[in-house]
Amino acid sequence: MSIEIIKSDRRKKEEIAGKYMQEIRDIVNARLSRRELLRMGLVMGGAGLLAMHGMQKFRPYWAHAQINSGNLKLISPKNTPSEDQLPIPEPVRPTVLNPAPTKGPNLSLSALNGFTEADRPDHQRWTQFGGVSDTLPGFDGPQYELIAKEVVPSFYPERDGIPSYPIWMFVDATNPSYVGPLRFNAHYGEPIVVRIHNALPEDNHGYGINQTSTHLHNGHNGWESDGGPIQFYDKGFFKDYHYPNVRAGFSKTHPTSTYIDADGRSHEVPGDFRETISFQWFHEHRFDFTAQNVYKGLAGFYTLFSNDINLDTGDETTGLRLPSGEYDIPLIFADKVFDPTTGEMFFDLFNLDGMLGDKNTVNGKIQPFLEVKRRKYRFRFLDGGPSRVYEFFLSNGQPFTQISNDGNLLPKPLVRQSIRLGVAERADVIIDFSKYRRGTRIRLQNRLEQVNGRGPTGKILNPGDNVLEFMVGGDAQDDSQIPDKLLDLPSTDVSRAQIRPWHFERRQGAWVINGEFFSPDVVRAFSKQNTAESWILTTGGGWLHPVHIHLEEFRILSRNGGPPPKEEIARKDIVRIGQNAVGSVNTGRVELFLQFRDFLGKYPMHCHNTVHEDHAMMLLWEVVE
Amino acid sequence: MNRRELLTGLMGAALGSTALASITSASASLGEKTIREATASIARRRNRFPNVVLRTHENKLVRFYDDLVKEKIVIVNFMYVGCRDGTCPLTTANLVEVQKLLGERLGRDIFIYSITLDPEHDTAAVLQRYAKSVGVKPGWLFLTGKDDDIEKLRKNLGFVDLDPVVDADKSQHIGVIKFGIEPLERWGTCPALTKPKWIAQYISWLEPQGERPNGRPKQKRASGRNLS
Repeated sequence: MSIEIIKSDRRKKEEIAGKYMQEIRDIVNARLSRRELLRMGLVMGGAGLLAMHGMQKFRPYWAHAQINSGNLKLISPKNTPSEDQLPIPEPVRPTVLNPAPTKGPNLSLSALNGFTEADRPDHQRWTQFGGVSDTLPGFDGPQYELIAKEVVPSFYPERDGIPSYPIWMFVDATNPSYVGPLRFNAHYGEPIVVRIHNALPEDNHGYGINQTSTHLHNGHNGWESDGGPIQFYDKGFFKDYHYPNVRAGFSKTHPTSTYIDADGRSHEVPGDFRETISFQWFHEHRFDFTAQNVYKGLAGFYTLFSNDINLDTGDETTGLRLPSGEYDIPLIFADKVFDPTTGEMFFDLFNLDGMLGDKNTVNGKIQPFLEVKRRKYRFRFLDGGPSRVYEFFLSNGQPFTQISNDGNLLPKPLVRQSIRLGVAERADVIIDFSKYRRGTRIRLQNRLEQVNGRGPTGKILNPGDNVLEFMVGGDAQDDSQIPDKLLDLPSTDVSRAQIRPWHFERRQGAWVINGEFFSPDVVRAFSKQNTAESWILTTGGGWLHPVHIHLEEFRILSRNGGPPPKEEIARKDIVRIGQNAVGSVNTGRVELFLQFRDFLGKYPMHCHNTVHEDHAMMLLWEVVE
Repeated sequence: MNRRELLTGLMGAALGSTALASITSASASLGEKTIREATASIARRRNRFPNVVLRTHENKLVRFYDDLVKEKIVIVNFMYVGCRDGTCPLTTANLVEVQKLLGERLGRDIFIYSITLDPEHDTAAVLQRYAKSVGVKPGWLFLTGKDDDIEKLRKNLGFVDLDPVVDADKSQHIGVIKFGIEPLERWGTCPALTKPKWIAQYISWLEPQGERPNGRPKQKRASGRNLS
C-alpha cells in the first residue's frame, strides 16, 4: 500500500478504515481499550501494525501535501450524527477582581494565580466608564475573570470511541468546572472589565502558540482594550479589557439621543441609539497565529442587551419581545478535520489558501441535535471559521426570519429562504416551531458548495451538509413576538466624507493592500476622530474575502456600483468581496461609509478568512485627533 | 504476552527501536501519560515533513527532516537561479539582510534553507557559485535534489497554487517564507519581501524567551503610566 491509497476513491478509504476498525477490535480482545491505543499515537495494534509498517507512506501529515491541489485530503473518522446534544453556552459569572482593576497596567499580582498584568496603554475614558480613579485601583461595575487554558473536551459522541485531546478554550474562573462555549450577557449603560489570564501551555500538541490577544469583535472600544494582532502577551500574564458598552457617537456627534420605545416611552441615552449592537463575539487575535489559535478553541459569545432603552431587552415580555432566555441560543459554526489515525483535531499549517474541515461542529460538537419546544426561538448564527462560507437552509424548506446582520438589528425583519455567512459574519434568526407536531425533525443544512479555501463555488447543493438537527418536542409558553419594526438605521452623510480606496490583491501567495505588504510599524491611514469616511474596497476575482474593520460598524453603500441586497441594508462589520460574495457574482468593488468616533488609537482592517489574515491580508490605520 | 510487553512491542514497531530506546530510557520513571504524549509528539513532528534526500550547495547529501529541520529554528523559501521575473533576486537580497540581523545565531540555532525549483539547472555546483556570490555564511544552505523529491517537499510545505497552470509555471512561484521552531511545533509564514527587520522579529516573537512588541516577556514592566 502506498500514498496512492489516499488519492483514490472514497470506497477504498472506507475499506482501510474498516480494516483499521477490525484491528482495533482485535486489540480490544487483548484487553487494551481502543482509546488507549489511539492515544498512544499508534496506527494499529498487533499484526495490523506490523503489516502497516511496510506502508511507509501512509502518514497523516503527508496528506496535506496533495498532488494536484492545496486541498486537505484527510478524512476524519466517521461520526454518529444527532447523537450529542448541542452545548448551550453558559453565561460568564460576575466576580470581584483581585487586585481591583486600574487605569494603567496593575502593579499587583493576581490573587488567583500570581500572574502579572501585561504592558498596555492606559484605559481610555476610564473614569468616564466605571473606573473609580485615575490613580487608585477600583471599578464600579460588573467584573469578570477568564482563563485561557488547556482543556480536554470531546467533539465526537462517546459511542464513536474517538479519544479526547487537549485544545485551548476560555474558562470562567468563577465556574471552572464548566468546559464549553461561554457567553457574556452585557448591558448598555453598564461598563464592565474582563480580566483574561494566559495559562496556555508551551506544548501546543502540533499547532498554535501560547501567546494571546483577545479581540471583542466588533466592540466600540479603546484600542488598548481592542485586542489587536500585535498586543499579545505570554503565559503568566493577564490583561484587563475595559468594555464601556456605550453606543457610538457619545463624545461628539450624538452626546445623547432619544429613543421612543414600542410602548411610547422615551429614553435618552449617550450616543446614537441607532448604533445599538446586539451580538458580538470574542476571539484570539495573535498576529500570524490567529487561524491556529481560534481553530484550537479560543472563541466565545458576547450578547449585548439594550434594556436601557427597552429595545433588545433579553426579556420576551418587554421591548421588542424577541425570544429570550433559554430560547435565545448563540451558535458558533466551525468546520474541523480530525486525524484519521489518532482522532486528534488537525490543522494544516502550510496551507495558504484557506482551510476546510470535513466535520461540521456547532458549539463544539459534531452534528449535534437540539430538542426544541413548539414555539419561537432566536438563534444567533456565527461563522467561526477558519475559512468556510456557509449558506444555511432548513431541510423542510421553511424560511428564516432574519432580524439582524453582524449582530445589528435590521430596520425590519426579513423573511429569507437562506442565509449566507462568511467568516465572523453573524445573523440572528427567528425560527418558529409551533406548527410542527412533536417528533418532527428539521435539519439546519449548509448547501453552499466549497472545495477549497479560496471561496465557495457558488453552487447550491441539495441537500448539502447537515449541521444541526432540531427535534420538535412539547409545548411551551411563548410570550415573544416578531415585531413589524426593529431599529432605524443611522444617517449616512457622505457629502463631507474623505474617500479612501483600498485594493486587495494576491501577490505570489501572499497579500497586498494598495500594493504593500503588512508591516507592524506602518500606519496606512490616519483618520480624524469623530469624522466619517468613505472606504472603497476593490479586488479581482477568484477569491472570496470577508473584510473586517475594527472599532465601528459601517454601511455598505454600493456593491459593484449598485445597491446592496436587502439584508445588507444594515450596519455591518464584515463585508464579503470577491468571487461569489453574493450569489454567484464577483463583487469587485464595494463602497462603505464609516466613522471614527469617540476613541483614539491603532486598529486593523483585515480579511477574516483567518488563513489569509495570517499571511498577512491586513493593515493598521489610526484614529487621531 | 502481558500488556506492557504488548505495548512495548507495538511502540517499537511504530517508531523503530532506536527511538523507542531513547524514549524508554529517558522516561523510565515517568508515568504512562508522559510516554504517550512524548511518542505522539515525536511521531507527529517526524510526520510533518517528507524526509527526502537533498544535496547542499557544498555538495553534501542531507535528509530534510533529520539533518536540516529537526530540533532547529528554520527559515525556508523556494527560489531558482534563473528567476528573472522578479522576486527571487529581491528575496535573496532580503534574506542577506536577515542573515546580518541573525548574527551569530545563524548556523548555531537558526538556519536558512533556500530550495531550488529548478533542480535540473541548479546543480550543487551552480548553487555553490550562486551562494558564494550572494555571500552566504554557514547556516544558510542552498539545496537541490531529485525532481520528485523537491516537488514532494514543495507541495508538503504548501508552496502551491490551486490553479494547476500557475502551479506548473516556475516563474509564478509562491513568494513567501515559512519559518518555525521545529521542536515547539510553531510555524508561521510571511511574504518573502517583508522587511528583514520584521522577519527577524516575527521569529523572535515565537521564542519563549524572545523579544516582544513591547519589550521582553519576563521584564518587569514599568509603572502604570501611559505606554502608547
